[in-house]
Amino acid sequence: MQIAELSELLVWAAATAFAVALVAFATDLARLSGAKVDARDEARAGAQTRATADVGAGSEAGAAYGPAGSGAPEATGTSSGAVSRKAAGIGMSVSWLGTALLLAAIVLRGLAAGRIPWANMYEFTLVGTFVALAVFLGVNLRRDARYLGAFVTGLGTIFLLLAQNVFFVEAMGVQPALQKYWLVIHVGVAIAATGTFTVAFVMSALQLLRDSRDAGSAVLAHPRWGWLDSTPTPNALEAQSFRLNAVGFVLWTFTVIGGAIWAEDAWGRYWGWDPKEVWSFVVWVVYAAYLHARTTRGWSGRRAAWFVVAGYACVLFNFTGVNLIFDGMHSYSGLS
Amino acid sequence: MRETKYVPEGISDAFAEGDRGVGDDAARGERPASGSEKGPGGPGSESGQGLPRLGWVGTLRWTWRQLTSMRVALMLLMLLAVAAVPGSVLPQRNQDPAAVLTYLADHPTAGEWLDRAGFFEVYTSPWFSAIYLLLFVSLVGCILPRSAAHWRNLRDRPPRVPSRFSRFPAQGTAITDATPDEAMAAVAAHLRGRPWLPAFRVDVRGHELSAERGYLRETGNLVFHLALVGLLVSVATGQMLHYRGQAIVTEGRGFANAVVDYDTFENGSWFEPSTLTPFAMTLDSFDSEFETSDVAAFGQARDFTAHVTITEPSGETRPETVKVNHPLVVDGAKIYLQGNGFAPELTVTDAAGEVAFSQRVPFLPEDVNYTSRGVVKVPDVSPGLDQIGLVGYFLPTAMIEADGSARSGFPLPTDPLLILEVYRGDLGLDEGVPQNVYRLDTATLTPSVEDTGERVKVLLRPGDTVELPDGLGTVSLGADIPRYVALDLRHDPSLAFVLTFALAALGGLTVSLFTPRRRVWARAQVADGATVVEVAGLARGDDAGLDGEVERALGAVPGSTRSTTTPRTEG
Ligand code: HEM
Repeated sequence: MQIAELSELLVWAAATAFAVALVAFATDLARLSGAKVDARDEARAGAQTRATADVGAGSEAGAAYGPAGSGAPEATGTSSGAVSRKAAGIGMSVSWLGTALLLAAIVLRGLAAGRIPWANMYEFTLVGTFVALAVFLGVNLRRDARYLGAFVTGLGTIFLLLAQNVFFVEAMGVQPALQKYWLVIHVGVAIAATGTFTVAFVMSALQLLRDSRDAGSAVLAHPRWGWLDSTPTPNALEAQSFRLNAVGFVLWTFTVIGGAIWAEDAWGRYWGWDPKEVWSFVVWVVYAAYLHARTTRGWSGRRAAWFVVAGYACVLFNFTGVNLIFDGMHSYSGLS
Repeated sequence: MRETKYVPEGISDAFAEGDRGVGDDAARGERPASGSEKGPGGPGSESGQGLPRLGWVGTLRWTWRQLTSMRVALMLLMLLAVAAVPGSVLPQRNQDPAAVLTYLADHPTAGEWLDRAGFFEVYTSPWFSAIYLLLFVSLVGCILPRSAAHWRNLRDRPPRVPSRFSRFPAQGTAITDATPDEAMAAVAAHLRGRPWLPAFRVDVRGHELSAERGYLRETGNLVFHLALVGLLVSVATGQMLHYRGQAIVTEGRGFANAVVDYDTFENGSWFEPSTLTPFAMTLDSFDSEFETSDVAAFGQARDFTAHVTITEPSGETRPETVKVNHPLVVDGAKIYLQGNGFAPELTVTDAAGEVAFSQRVPFLPEDVNYTSRGVVKVPDVSPGLDQIGLVGYFLPTAMIEADGSARSGFPLPTDPLLILEVYRGDLGLDEGVPQNVYRLDTATLTPSVEDTGERVKVLLRPGDTVELPDGLGTVSLGADIPRYVALDLRHDPSLAFVLTFALAALGGLTVSLFTPRRRVWARAQVADGATVVEVAGLARGDDAGLDGEVERALGAVPGSTRSTTTPRTEG
């Protein structure tokens, strides 16, 4: 079998793994949701003692989930006799597996094309999905963020399906304008930023939902949304989302600067308001506005979270819409 | 203390507001904006209560305070994002003027209005400029006082120990047998950190201690914002001073760096033509490589190299290369390889036997296989004859389809063919009006046709000489097909500054986003024969490590028998 075909097969395998993980994580959320009511008091007590007991080490998690621990999964998980988190455990293992498969697929793709494997939309999608999953798994190494699992693996599955069915192109070399180490740096960092923004977006979206439910939204009060109670508090979600968005924003700033340096060499100007440049600028400004909103009285919290949603929408549009709709210098999707 | 503080209007920041802000009993949102405490008449309150009489100085002051507020900065940022979008949707004149004309033709009414409102030059339009200029005015108005306050703060002691600790997000207590002095000394030593890696700036007064770390966070933030200003100024300066020229050069020929030698030349308003360094450049040869092994990518461009010789004003010459992505730098100007193609050498002899035209004619590629279109305008050298126009295609590897249409099948000249149509009449060459050399307006010309009414097609292979129809003369194609390159030469003296400020912004941003800024206070008191040490912490923004900081400070208390920390309450 050809390496290129093997790579494709591995992408399918990774997509399947993510779909399985999605089911597992969803089961976990449903269970937590059912056990919610009884677990609440217990969890609260549990979190309280824990925060006092683990001097030093435990403080991070304590702070992340808020002191009342109001049903944070970790608190629920650690309190004796509470819901089994076995499904979440399966989800995690399968996510690790899927991510490893995806990494193998990306490496083989690079071997097949004889260059760095991120030069067209298909490859961006693979690598971006990989980064999102890697960020999710990385965050989980530091603190329990399994509540994100269903959403991150869900998005991962969708992205990979889109990649295979819509964006697919054969592995091949690239035109002279793309032959530079900047392809590795600029595009690589852009994808890393996109993956990071993806996970942060999930957190902010959950923050908005949870906040609405807590505020007594009629729609979200339905028991169907009960799993929301097992996510961290809106404040904790906001803090976690901010940390990732801050990383994403720095990476994006670097992407824009790196792109300008490359454009100076390749196109003879560092900035020319090409559609891709316009949207990269828009993304940057929206996230800058988000950082401001967080510290502007009356705009922090919910409103700031909407900026993350808007910013991520711009990221996605910059990636898909700009490549496919507009006719600019960045028409490197490989699709015609 | 008060005068060392500057807090942007509308910022929600317990840290900047410091000891007086946190945990006040009034709900945070209802507190009047902190800035308003300073201005006389205090019109800064945003709650919209009836404004006091201000007078025009007061009104100006109020307007300024609004403009430099966080809220206005936020609004302007949002506006900037929205205002940038139309430029990606509508064609822009400086990028694609032809597309703008097409758009105007297709949408006469809407187009005209959009044009008037500057939608085809979004990024230089008055409204776009107004938004970013206001944003930068706001930025400067905000950043200068913040820098001054930070400067004072850097040399100031950490703020005094507040009276109540209970209102801080992280606090704890330790009970020890050590004396208060020993306890304070131990905590201070811990907070100061190792001499080679200082952590906190510590100020001990009696049995009270205040400490602060992470001044770099604010420094980074200020560097970031100031670098944005520097970036804007450098970009604008570059716009004023830059120049850009385009030239098409064929193999064996060259050009000199002088305004007249460029096909097009464009410059900023402060540019002086005398600043052009008069070097000269010759294109020795041009190499191109195309994919031949990979079937899927067959014929795709893989590498272009222009081998050139540069002659410096001193007369010194040196060989150089120009490649895509690798501009050649000569005397501070950069030369880019922007395009390439074939420039067949054509000679036209008129009906009277005179050579009327003999030139290399650049043909512009229209597809990846270099099916290239070109125009020849032959003047009337012998009296009484028509001017002749030749329009057609050059095919490096000719492929004739069954229906008679022709195109190129590969970018390199393996089977070159030139196909021309012939027109005669008045091409307007005598009117002295500059013409586009790549277009021939055939509307008023007479085409040469066959008996069937079809246009005559003159076919030429390298070295051929062929009779033109209607007795117009002959045309011959040179045996060699020279290549041409389209070069773009650009000079922008601001580049180094633009890069420096961009990197400074990136650095400042990174430092400011990832440096924790914390204050820690401690107080030791004797109660029931033991020493009670209380510690409280406050951080700038979200800081997951604050509790740990307080706990470690408590852990430093010697001989501590009991310690408790209260986890942070949520903001
Ligand atoms: C071109 C316009 C501006 C851009 C792109 C911009 C961007 C940013 C970014 C990315 C941050 C977060 C990074 C950091 O903390 O250093 C930030 C923070 C901040 N900006 Fe701006 N800014 C702009 C204008 C302004 C203006 C006009 C003001 C004054 C009202 C301002 C005040 C602040 C303050 C006080 C912070 C710190 C907030 C915090 O602690 O997180 N900025 N800005």
